[in-house]
Amino acid sequence: MKRIAVVGASAAGLTAAETLRRRGWDGHLTLIGDEPRPPYDRPPLSKQILTGAWEPERALLRSPQDLAHLAADLRLGQPATALDVAHRRVHLGAGETVRFDGLVIATGVTPRRLPDGDLAGVHVLRTLDDALALRAALLAGPRVVVVGAGFLGTEVAAAARTMGLQVTLVEPEPVPVRRPFGDRIGALVADLHRAHGTRLRCGTPVRRLRGTGGRVTGVELGDGATLPADVVVLAVGSVPATGWLTGSGLNLADGVVCDAWCRAAPGVYAAGDVASWHNTHFGTRMRLEHRTNATEQAIAAAGNLLGDAIPFAPVPYFWTDQYDTRIQAYGVFPPDADLRVVSGDPSNGRFTAAYGHRGVVAGVLGWNDPRELRTLRRLVVERALWTTVADAGRGRRSRLPARRPAPPHAGTDPSGGTDRPEDHARTPGPVSPLALGAPGTPRCGASPSGDPSGGRGEW
Amino acid sequence: MKVIVDQHKCVASGQCVLTAPEVFDQREEDGIVVLLTETPSAHLTDDVRQAATLCPAQAIWLAEQEEREDRE
Repeated sequence: MKRIAVVGASAAGLTAAETLRRRGWDGHLTLIGDEPRPPYDRPPLSKQILTGAWEPERALLRSPQDLAHLAADLRLGQPATALDVAHRRVHLGAGETVRFDGLVIATGVTPRRLPDGDLAGVHVLRTLDDALALRAALLAGPRVVVVGAGFLGTEVAAAARTMGLQVTLVEPEPVPVRRPFGDRIGALVADLHRAHGTRLRCGTPVRRLRGTGGRVTGVELGDGATLPADVVVLAVGSVPATGWLTGSGLNLADGVVCDAWCRAAPGVYAAGDVASWHNTHFGTRMRLEHRTNATEQAIAAAGNLLGDAIPFAPVPYFWTDQYDTRIQAYGVFPPDADLRVVSGDPSNGRFTAAYGHRGVVAGVLGWNDPRELRTLRRLVVERALWTTVADAGRGRRSRLPARRPAPPHAGTDPSGGTDRPEDHARTPGPVSPLALGAPGTPRCGASPSGDPSGGRGEW
Repeated sequence: MKVIVDQHKCVASGQCVLTAPEVFDQREEDGIVVLLTETPSAHLTDDVRQAATLCPAQAIWLAEQEEREDRE
C-alpha cells in the first residue's frame, strides 16, 4: 500500500495518521481536514474554553513540531467533497483530487439545527470557532436558554451558569441525560443543575424560536410559554458528516456503516463519531460520539487497514464534567436496564452504580469516584452476572437491593462465564427508598414553586 | 524515556492506569493521575506510549518526543 488518505483531522483522523506512522508504515500519507485550524481537542470546548479557564491554544492536540514529524501531506481547510471508491480518489473542494490505496474516513458529525436557527444570537457548539463565538456572546451577560439537555447541553448550561449568567435548560424528555443514563441518574443531574441555580424546563418540547429584526428574543415552548433569551444554544444532537459520501456506494444508514473490523469497503475504513460498526463484545451495532472512542477506533481502523484483522470490540468509556461533578461511565446503558448503587451514596455526591441488562452487567457509572469506577470496569469486560452484583451489594449499608429479580436466563450467555446456581436461588431484598429512583425523587420541571433558585430571588 | 504528566489537564479517566499500571496510578480522592515512576524501564515503553495516545485529555507526554523537538 503506497498511498493512504485520512479524511478528517480531528482526534480520530489524527490518531489514525499517527498510528500508521507508529506502526512503521512509511508510504505517502495525506491528512485532510475541513477546518483551517490545526487539530484540536473538543471536550474542552464546552468547558474550559467556554468559561475562559483555558486559552484556545491549550486545546491543540499537537505542537507544530509533532505535526511536522508526522511527515504527512496536510490538507487543512480543504473539505472533502466526494469519494470515488472504484477509482480510489477523494475529491477536495478546491477541485483537487487525492489518490489513495487505503482510506480512513473520520469526518465526525455536524450539529443539528432548528428552523429559524439562523437568527443572530442562536449558537451551536461543535468547532473551536463555535466555542469562541459563543464565549464572546456570553461575555455580554445575556439571558441564556440552552435547548437540549444531553451531555453537550448540560455542560454548556453549567459553563454559562459558572460564568454567573441566568441560564434555562430546556429538554423534551422528563429529565436531562435520560437517553444515556436513564430516569434515575437523570433526576440526580437535574438536582445538580437546580442546586447551582440553573433553571430547568424538562418534559417540554420547543415549538419555535422567536426573533425580532433578525435577532433571537426567546424560545417558545410546546406549552405556549415563551422563555426570553438573548443567547440560545442549540444542543439538539448531531448528524454524521457524510454528505460528501453521497453517491459513493458506501452504506450510510447510520454514519458510515462498517463491519466488526471498522471496514466500510475493501481498503476503506472509518473511525470516530462518523463510524458505526458491530461491537462483538456487546453483540450489537453502535456508533459512539465519545472522545475516547475516537482514539481507540482510529487505532483499530488504522491497524486493520495495515492487515491486523482484529475486530474492534471495546468497552466504551465516556465522561461529562458539570460544575464540580464528574460523571464517568464504562459500557452501554440500555433504557430497560436495571440500576443499582454499588458503592457510596448518591445523597453524598459520590457513588458508583451498575446497569444490569439481560442478566449481565452492561455498564458501570461513577459519580465523583473515578478510582472506584475503574475497578468496576472489569464487571463490564467480563460480562459479570447481574446476580453477583446484587449479592455483592448485600451487607453494605449504602447499597441498594434489586428492584426486581434478575432475569431467569442470567448467565446463559455463552461468554457470560460460570453460572452459579446459588446466585439464582437468592431472592432480592425489598425495594429501598434510598436515593436513586425512589418515589418522590424531584424530577426536572417539577421543582417546588417552579422557582429554580430555591427562593433566593436570583430571577 | 522520561514521562511527564499534567495534573491540571488530567480528567481522571484512568485509561493510563488500565494501560500501564506499573507507571500510573490515580489519586484516591479525585482520580487525578499520579506518576509512579518518571523513568520506567525500557520494556514498558510501548505501554507508556499507548497510554499517552489513549489519554483523552492529552495529559501525558514522553520526554523522548521533547528531545526530538529540541533537535528540530
